[in-house]
Amino acid sequence: MIPNHRIVLLAGHYGSGKTNVAVNLALDIKTRYERVAIADLDIVNPYFRSKDSVALFQEHGIRLICSDYANTNVDIPALPPDLYAIVDDKILHTVIDVGGDDRGALALGRLSPSIKEENDYAMWMVINCYRPLTRTPEEVLDVMREIEAAGGLPFTGLVNNSNLGAATTAEDVLASMNYADQAATLTGLPLVMTTVDASLYDALKSQISNLYPLQLQRRVV
Amino acid sequence: MADKVLMKGNEAIAEAAIIAGCRHYFGYPITPQTEIAAYMAKRMPKIGGVFLQAESEIAAINMVYGVAATGKRVMTSSSSPGISLKSEGLSYLAGADLPSLVVNVQRGGPGLGGIQPSQADYFQATKGGGHGDFRMLVLAPSSVQEMAELTIKGFELADTYRMTAMVLADGTMGQMMEPVALDLEVKPAPEKPWATTGTKLAREHNIVNSLFLSPEELEKFNFDRYEKYRYIEENEAMYEEYLMDDADICVVAFGIAARVSKNAINEARKQGIKVGLIRPITLWPFPTAPFKKAITHVKNFISVELSMGQMIEDVRLATECKAPVALCNRAGGMIPSPEQVLAAIQEANKNGGAR
Repeated sequence: MIPNHRIVLLAGHYGSGKTNVAVNLALDIKTRYERVAIADLDIVNPYFRSKDSVALFQEHGIRLICSDYANTNVDIPALPPDLYAIVDDKILHTVIDVGGDDRGALALGRLSPSIKEENDYAMWMVINCYRPLTRTPEEVLDVMREIEAAGGLPFTGLVNNSNLGAATTAEDVLASMNYADQAATLTGLPLVMTTVDASLYDALKSQISNLYPLQLQRRVV
Repeated sequence: MADKVLMKGNEAIAEAAIIAGCRHYFGYPITPQTEIAAYMAKRMPKIGGVFLQAESEIAAINMVYGVAATGKRVMTSSSSPGISLKSEGLSYLAGADLPSLVVNVQRGGPGLGGIQPSQADYFQATKGGGHGDFRMLVLAPSSVQEMAELTIKGFELADTYRMTAMVLADGTMGQMMEPVALDLEVKPAPEKPWATTGTKLAREHNIVNSLFLSPEELEKFNFDRYEKYRYIEENEAMYEEYLMDDADICVVAFGIAARVSKNAINEARKQGIKVGLIRPITLWPFPTAPFKKAITHVKNFISVELSMGQMIEDVRLATECKAPVALCNRAGGMIPSPEQVLAAIQEANKNGGAR
């Protein structure tokens, strides 16, 4: 399930769980490659960003590429100064946490020509049927088109991250599969994985193919 | 498809407003409440509503005034500095007895301050929303579900009393995601014979205005309005009591501070400390009834706030200063930890007998 592409991009509706999936994927990729980075391209939402996990990345030797102003009171849409390392450093495996919706994906447009040219990437759309505005496959398609238009990079797969936060049950995940399959059909993209909290993995692994356990979950109070 | 939705607090407010029949939203973006505007921008055009990003907060609140005068349910939202800009409009709304819903997702202050969560607009919301003698109904949600429920309640109360209802949340409440059930009931809006909807030559003109040429007339409006406020104080206070029956120590907290406090209280109970929580849900009217009851057995009160201590004054008034009230706080965008609240509870427990 973990792609061998040098660059893995996660985009989607804001609040779909992109950052959480990105953090988990980066840790997994680090077990396979020496030089791994996670890049936070979210210029919209200064609240929940990969910088929250900065200590964790340091501990695992994962490079964090993110704006110096993330998680501070400087509420401006700033990009990381070392942004071009993502496209220039060809042996750096990078997970890119793209900002939410089309507005968040706008910053990606600056990198997408280089990413396309190198052509060693996976761009996954993270979907959650329990989030407003992406509750139906049709809404997923709308958001997908908006993000592709803004970011200038076509998606290559879907990640079904349907969840209700800490209250998620195995039934909630099972109930999302029909939605995820329909979204895959409608968008013409493969469903590359369904993610679940690691605590639900055993209960669901025989029922859902390409099930990916999320070892880390970020929680608020 | 699914019945449950995973929503940010800000989104829950926006969707609940739509459920309540609000079809007019005017706002101006400011962190940490911008998702309300973003959500309205997406949803309103699909349901025949109006989303308008005004040129400023001042413009937005005056658009609210205009729609409110026609009797339609209308709202705006902002965060602390933006609410200060709206305060002139809030006073005019009060002076004209117009119902509206205003959301303040508070951030650290004063001044431009910061974008992290705060409760330091308590005074502004409950004591001084603008110039002149007036009150706003102030509702303080403590979960994403309550963000939705109190938004609907706010519209209902606003219509009933022809007042502004303010949903007073904070940056954490606005950003946090929780499952929400949106099968919420809404009471139908009352008749609004005062609304400026066109006379159709069938009635006298309705006039919506806050200017009075005669001081006697203006004084009468003020006295009448305060009669209404007294009725609201007696009838509309909302609160939650948690483990209060045998409590020696009473934590008082609202919003995000109440969530942190509950964790601390559960831990203190494990240590055998008799501690409970009074969570005001309406900040105005401030619920005095649970304090009258608590004061018969509580020896120490602790006000937990994301401010330099504002609600603590209402706690002292409600307890008539019959027991000490300590402050446990962080400010400027910081949140008290459960450990900090637990330490304050333990400290109060040490002083257990002192009255």
